[in-house]
Amino acid sequence: MGFITSMSIWLIPCFILVVLITATVKRVPSYELFVEGGKEGVKMAFSLLPFLVGMIVSISILRSSGALDAFINLISPFLSFIGIPPDIIPLAIVRPISGTAALGMTTELIDAYGPDSFIGRLASVMQGSTDTTLYILTVYFGAIGIRKMGYALKVGLLADLVGIIASIVIVSILFG
Amino acid sequence: MVNIIWAGMAAIGIIYAMINGTMDKVNEAIFESANEAVTLTIGLISVLVFWLGIMKIAEKAGILELLAKLFRPVVVRLFPDIPKDHPAIGYILSNITANIFGLGNAATPMGIKAMEQMKQISGGDTASRSMITFLALNTSSLTLIPTTVIAIRMQYDSASPTEIVGATILATLISSISAILIDRFFYYHSRRRI
Repeated sequence: MGFITSMSIWLIPCFILVVLITATVKRVPSYELFVEGGKEGVKMAFSLLPFLVGMIVSISILRSSGALDAFINLISPFLSFIGIPPDIIPLAIVRPISGTAALGMTTELIDAYGPDSFIGRLASVMQGSTDTTLYILTVYFGAIGIRKMGYALKVGLLADLVGIIASIVIVSILFG
Repeated sequence: MVNIIWAGMAAIGIIYAMINGTMDKVNEAIFESANEAVTLTIGLISVLVFWLGIMKIAEKAGILELLAKLFRPVVVRLFPDIPKDHPAIGYILSNITANIFGLGNAATPMGIKAMEQMKQISGGDTASRSMITFLALNTSSLTLIPTTVIAIRMQYDSASPTEIVGATILATLISSISAILIDRFFYYHSRRRI
């Protein structure tokens, strides 16, 4: 862990150093370019705002009404029938939809079952090995104004499903 | 499809609240979450401004080009419709690198920039083949070292907070490879129909 943490800490400052030295050696106007690029960042953030507000509000209506929990309860028997532990099902469903909700659930599961329990390990691996598809889709396509997304969502959600099944199988084999 | 999912989530929530009497919670959630989204975006501004500034220097100083040259064989195969030496490749690689090291903050701006470059190649408001491949890679998560999860495990006194790293890498690998395969499948499927 020590090595990994220190590598993550060193990586960004070192990258910035390399960029700045290279720019100076090549006589590229670094400060002016930084400001120019930064202006794009401001524009990007503001064009993102309506996409994020829309998506996050819609998700939170679904969650706060209790409909999401009801849906999870409804399909839990089926999922536990095919071998998915019932306690992990809410996390598996929420993971592609909401990043903050999934992180909260992972923390709750680790708290309730202990980090070194089967559920605790499974939640850890599941949280780490897939990403919030809906958020990434909203941000990446929203920022550049893509309206026709083609088969992107299908691919993202199917890959999530494979990732979730893979986590269950791998954790069962390694720690079962 | 996104329109249906978006409207569907909210509509189902509101109708469910009508039947089950949770309308007060829904009402509260609407304004709280809108607020939350704005806070999230404001948090993104600092990251976007800083990283797009640094990456602009990296682009003009030729660092992205160098990166693109180094990994050209792999990237050309994954993204066949991006011309080689196009700056998009440099941004794609920076995004992947940042993701692998768990630097989500740096990965998002570079990913958006990569998407923007790909849009210049394809034009229009339709997602191109490369955009979807790139998105699939990102949604399947490329993180090799899940720092947030390790931090949570440490907080709850795990005997070995990092023991899940191996399993996570394996699961990530499987989900990323399947993402690419699923993406390829849908691409050829959609082409056959035309």
